[in-house]
Amino acid sequence: MMNVLPIFKKELRSYFASPIAYVVLTIFALLSGYFFYSLLTFFSLNSLQASFNPAFSQGLNASEWIVRPLLRNIAVTMLLLMPAATMRLFSEEKKSGTIELLFTYPIRDWELLLGKFLAALALYASMLGISLLQLLMLRLFAPLEWGPILSGYLGLLLLGMAFLGLGILASSLTENQIVAAVGAFGVLLLLWVIGWSTDAAGPTLGPILSHLSIINHYDSFAKGIIESKDVIFYLNFTILCLFLTLRSMESKRWRG
Amino acid sequence: MIEAEKLTKYYDKVAAIEDVSFTVDKGEIVGFLGPNGAGKTTTMRILTGFLPPSSGTARVAGYDILADSLQVRRRIGYLPEAVPLYTDMKVATYLEFVAEVKGLERRERRRSVGQIMEKCRIVDVQRMLIGSLSRGYRQRVGIAQALLNNPEVLILDEPTVGLDPKQIIEIRQLIKELSGQSTIILSTHILPEVSMVCQRVIIINDGHIIAVDTPENLTARLQSSAKLLLTVDGPVGQVEEALTQLPGVLRVELNDESRDATVSFVVESERSHDLRREVSRLIVDRGWGLLELRPADMTLEEIFIRLVTEEHQEVQ
Repeated sequence: MMNVLPIFKKELRSYFASPIAYVVLTIFALLSGYFFYSLLTFFSLNSLQASFNPAFSQGLNASEWIVRPLLRNIAVTMLLLMPAATMRLFSEEKKSGTIELLFTYPIRDWELLLGKFLAALALYASMLGISLLQLLMLRLFAPLEWGPILSGYLGLLLLGMAFLGLGILASSLTENQIVAAVGAFGVLLLLWVIGWSTDAAGPTLGPILSHLSIINHYDSFAKGIIESKDVIFYLNFTILCLFLTLRSMESKRWRG
Repeated sequence: MIEAEKLTKYYDKVAAIEDVSFTVDKGEIVGFLGPNGAGKTTTMRILTGFLPPSSGTARVAGYDILADSLQVRRRIGYLPEAVPLYTDMKVATYLEFVAEVKGLERRERRRSVGQIMEKCRIVDVQRMLIGSLSRGYRQRVGIAQALLNNPEVLILDEPTVGLDPKQIIEIRQLIKELSGQSTIILSTHILPEVSMVCQRVIIINDGHIIAVDTPENLTARLQSSAKLLLTVDGPVGQVEEALTQLPGVLRVELNDESRDATVSFVVESERSHDLRREVSRLIVDRGWGLLELRPADMTLEEIFIRLVTEEHQEVQ
């Protein structure tokens, strides 16, 4: 366990030594800022209309109109940004050969993997932190329900872990960072949209597809409900990805 | 300190090394000598636990490389051939990271990193990015990271390749200085390098160990005579006499394999002198039958020919 920390620190340092962390954080700040701005103007426009026509004010509140769609949009952004954050974790070490030294140091494979995973998770958490700042600003002007916000963020965190797990798995399979990023993005997008064909798929396949859909499990979090089946889905997904990554690290050695 | 037993490694169906067995005693400096592609790197990667062998086993510092890989890795220092380092890290930061991964205590870490930077003479570049260092400095940082846990066994893959003559001398000096504390295996394809640094040489070619000896003995073997195997259809006494009188011939020996009318000889000559032309002309001129003429026992010598046998004047 002691060996997770040096790997974690090294990866985090490496994120900020390369442009990746800055690019990912900046793009995220820009995108989520724009989402926030457009949702806010739309909301205030409706509020203005509601002041003339009381019928409009039914169900008009900042949590429903700003926070929930904002978090959902953030989830979409992660589809693109998470593969970019994980693509170098193993691919770069394989390409430059540094993996050879890393594998001959006295650390276990899972310690190495966990260190890398936690570093990526820290980067992700700082992105969520940026978006939380926007909500704190909003709090100055409008009352917010903190329950659904916190559960929404918990959902985003779990969703992000699943994304990161898949990204790391892709990175461990290739020494090409582009391949790792595109591969992870493709699979994540597929898992995202797989729920769309639920209705057409029939009574047996439909629920399976719906359960597989990586975003369907997020919806209850957004409503402020923390369901154990959704938490377990994301944790299982993440653990499965990390487990497969461990296998891939081992097979790399056996194949030479 | 190191016992390798019948190590074999297949890549797909091609054997990179086959039945490689050797032992290295505590405190020895042993050189792996062989042309490129002989299996030196594969052997070293197996010893470090980076690659598992297809069959066979090895013990390093008393631990099995497969069953107790972690214990082995705690006791070795390894410098891969390509010296893969994190180019985006500063030298001191990198060494501190390695020290931490190798399990050194916080207080010990600072001290060890300082000591080793001094030993490897990289103190003045410690604030520089590894990516901006010259090849020679990078090699020294590579050796420094290998030394950080005071390893019992030091495995260096081609530690002087790609360096300029002055840097080569410095690295060799550094390796010699280390010999007191660690058992060292280093690989090279440069013949004079082993005689300068190593106490014992393991010659490896095409995945097989061909000879294990001290550099002195090997050099003696190399510089001594060359042998020709000759089969002639003719009178034994006359042929032997005529051969002995040829200029350049040191010794003529009757081979046991002679039968019936044909006789075979082993003709020893000075190494620098290729006698095949003279010998064949002599036999044909006398009207005897020349049935066979070939260099004998060439395997080891062929290896040597393929090695880099000479170095630039400055290095010597």
